[in-house]
Amino acid sequence: MATAPARPTPGSAGEGMSEEAFEAVFDAAVAADERIEPRDWMPEAYRATLVRQIAQHAHSEIIGMQPEANWITRAPSLRRKAILMAKVQDEAGHGLYLYGAAETLGTSRDELLDKLHSGRQKYSSIFNYPTLTWADVGAIGWLVDGAAITNQVPLCRCSYGPYARAMVRVCKEESFHQRQGYESLLALSRGTAAQHEMAQDAVNRWWWPSLMMFGPPDDESAHSAQSMEWKIKRFSNDELRQRFVDICVPQAESLGLSLPDPDLRWNEERQHWDFGEIDWSEFKEILKGNGPCNDQRITQRRRAHENGAWVREAAEAYARKHSPGTPHTGTGQTPEHPAPPTGTGDRNGTRKATA
Amino acid sequence: MTAAAHTAALALGDDALVLSHRLGEWAGHAPVLEEEVALANIALDLLGQARVLLSMAGDEDELAYLREERAFRNLQLVEQPNGDFAHTLARQLYFSTYQHLLYGQLATGDSVFAPLAGKAVHETAYHRDHAEQWTRRLGDGTEESHRRMQRAATALWQFTGEMFQPVEGVPADWQQLERSWQQSVTEVLTSATLEVPEGPRTGAWKAGAGRQGLHTESFGRMLAEMQHLHRSHPGARW
Amino acid sequence: MSTPVTWPLWEVFVRSRRGLSHTHAGSVHAPDAELALRNARDLYTRRGEGVSLWVVPSTAITASSPDERDPFFEPTADKPYRHPTFYEIPDGVKHL
Repeated sequence: MATAPARPTPGSAGEGMSEEAFEAVFDAAVAADERIEPRDWMPEAYRATLVRQIAQHAHSEIIGMQPEANWITRAPSLRRKAILMAKVQDEAGHGLYLYGAAETLGTSRDELLDKLHSGRQKYSSIFNYPTLTWADVGAIGWLVDGAAITNQVPLCRCSYGPYARAMVRVCKEESFHQRQGYESLLALSRGTAAQHEMAQDAVNRWWWPSLMMFGPPDDESAHSAQSMEWKIKRFSNDELRQRFVDICVPQAESLGLSLPDPDLRWNEERQHWDFGEIDWSEFKEILKGNGPCNDQRITQRRRAHENGAWVREAAEAYARKHSPGTPHTGTGQTPEHPAPPTGTGDRNGTRKATA
Repeated sequence: MTAAAHTAALALGDDALVLSHRLGEWAGHAPVLEEEVALANIALDLLGQARVLLSMAGDEDELAYLREERAFRNLQLVEQPNGDFAHTLARQLYFSTYQHLLYGQLATGDSVFAPLAGKAVHETAYHRDHAEQWTRRLGDGTEESHRRMQRAATALWQFTGEMFQPVEGVPADWQQLERSWQQSVTEVLTSATLEVPEGPRTGAWKAGAGRQGLHTESFGRMLAEMQHLHRSHPGARW
Repeated sequence: MSTPVTWPLWEVFVRSRRGLSHTHAGSVHAPDAELALRNARDLYTRRGEGVSLWVVPSTAITASSPDERDPFFEPTADKPYRHPTFYEIPDGVKHL
């Protein structure tokens, strides 16, 4: 049985409103920079785009734990170890905020995890590169988190309320990540010759993949235009990439490290740094699954989930015995977590009703 | 600082350091995302305690990274490999109950450990609660979780006796500590429908245990991993 | 393999400091109320953001009609006399 209120509900202004009228209200709200909230009517394509983007973002956070967690047990000082553990923990936390935001669109976390585990949803390709030395942890903090922040700060004003709110929380915490990465690299750069070399090597390996994090060039980006129109995205891939390069060049100089791009030079006319051609063939290959760590990352994630099944079942069984009042379904149809409203067919509210 | 207090700071500090390291190994492997966050919280609390305690005894990094295995004074219990989630939780139950009771005593005393204990007693109360909540859920959950939790509780039992060996320089009432621990752990295991293990609480090996610098096989590997990078760059700053 | 278990959702409300009311922070999954509280503590107060927490099963919340711009709220918009700024008070009158 469908349990979610069919839209429009009796007594609401929407009674008798046509699909076009709903769309007009939605478009006007977006145009006026108002936030769209979970129970508002929204075009199915808007919902689908958001689910895809938020899920990919959440998946990136939890897969992104792996390359850094790789160094927790080998962190070279107790201070660095504490910082790294806190950072990896934050990433799990960010994953949780974001899965929460995705769930407000009517898709359960289990569904999303299942899509991640089966390869039907992606995570950021950057995490398919290995962390070979301790300096990689610093380089990830500085470059990868730096690129992520450049991407994410505009998302705090994204048109979808729960995503924007989650991003406010995430961005606050991410700035710690970037600063600790920079500080860690600085210590290496100013340390022994071997440490300096380690830092330079890491920057050499992470620079280009970080630039690729902004996605394909604007003229090749499949979803960009529509997302900009919906104010899910606020700036284009190339704009953000340029902004990132402009920020990094002077920072690299202060670090005493060079960026591996012979074409990097200041363009007086553009008032921006020019940079070299990005090798998109590598990006595409890794996206296809041929990166150095694709299999490893997804296998570890899947294994953790499968090995944890008995724990999740045990807690659920215990709750049935000891807290009989507790609701035993995943995504309920609730104010923040409604089933996707639709005027078409019977998808409405049935997704977890029988769980 | 007296020699006794120095030894005591090492013993308590090493417990926290080593257990924190073991919990850190869970990162990216926890059974559910919420537990990634919870286990990391506990690991971070312990690492914080370790840093205070080791700094009382000397330079924290020199002590953590440059001592040989035999110089570590932690309990054998905390160095035991993680095993499955039940194994980790049984280790947590035994140790956090001990640590909470011990810090409870030290917090009200006037030893050099009182300030640290005053803060740590709140942290360990949470660790203990976490362990008790999960022991109940695993023990009284499904058949499989019950079996795993019972196996873990029993397997680690032989390492629990060492906790009540008086540590020189730690002004605790050890007999009281042991009584309270036994009572609390019995209560939790029983309410979790688990059997309180019956075997001896110390191994048969007369040479001693962790407090004497004698460790189990897996500890050497743990240290090798933990210390390798630091030792590869003598004198470097990080 | 058994059917995958989905822990139910809980809405989390955090009181950031004494004197303020609890505000909605987000949601957590947990099998029961006890763990929901603990999960919420771990997730939403890692940086000392709160002094008190509420968790409520998501399904237990009853909401006004779905459209947040609907007539349910409109009638209040034309009652400016309910707001203190509606009234003009001569300068110099205090404690009002």
